[in-house]
Amino acid sequence: MKFEYLIEGGDFIRAGHASSDIKKILNQLNLDPAIVRRIAVSMYEAEVNVVAHAFRGVMKVNINPERILVLVEDEGPGIPDIAQAMQEGYSTASDKVREMGFGAGMGLSNMKKNTDILDIHSAINRGTVVKMTTFTKSGAS
Amino acid sequence: MKIAEIAGITNGRVICGDELLDHEITHAFSSDLLSDVLTVNRVGILLITGVANLQTIRTAEMAEVMCILLVRNKRASQEMIGLAKNLGLVILESPGSMFAASGKLYQGGIRPLY
Repeated sequence: MKFEYLIEGGDFIRAGHASSDIKKILNQLNLDPAIVRRIAVSMYEAEVNVVAHAFRGVMKVNINPERILVLVEDEGPGIPDIAQAMQEGYSTASDKVREMGFGAGMGLSNMKKNTDILDIHSAINRGTVVKMTTFTKSGAS
Repeated sequence: MKIAEIAGITNGRVICGDELLDHEITHAFSSDLLSDVLTVNRVGILLITGVANLQTIRTAEMAEVMCILLVRNKRASQEMIGLAKNLGLVILESPGSMFAASGKLYQGGIRPLY
């Protein structure tokens, strides 16, 4: 099954809509609730990152019996130093984003914690691609 | 502790989720950082927060928080209430500070996550 969602930068009203939709679908598929929660949290972190930092993005979700693949591609400023951005507490979020309760510098590390494989590629002034793979059975690879 | 008791101890008003007031909650997390809420590893908890926007509800949905206690007299918007009802979440509003609510609930037996 494949799903695709558009994400608008700065739209904190709709932020989380895509993640919510996918979470409901995964629950309907009777996946292990702990795995659904991990995927939902990592997807939502990625979605909020696009809203907080990019102009726009697209989230593509590919579900098969072995694994859930979430691909988030955005058009935006990109991440100059991914290793630095992965450090807890490091954030370039605006005051507006912080007022919403985000921008604590936990997003990328939390995504890493909640996915089996996290790949991030970024190009300055072009955008960022985040690929998150989660296996449906723990221990699978 | 039943959600009804949580509301009572904190002088909280029940905004939505009346049908869940008998539900038991054992643990709580107090934070104004939604990013930190997304790192908690237990479901069905009470979230004590002064952040009142739609993303508070979305965060509760993803982290599978059971009940949100808005402190410092923050008010839930109609959009927040509508979304919370759809998701089966309880929202309470308390006039007290986060410290006061956390202290009273801790004393009443609600445990921290860490």
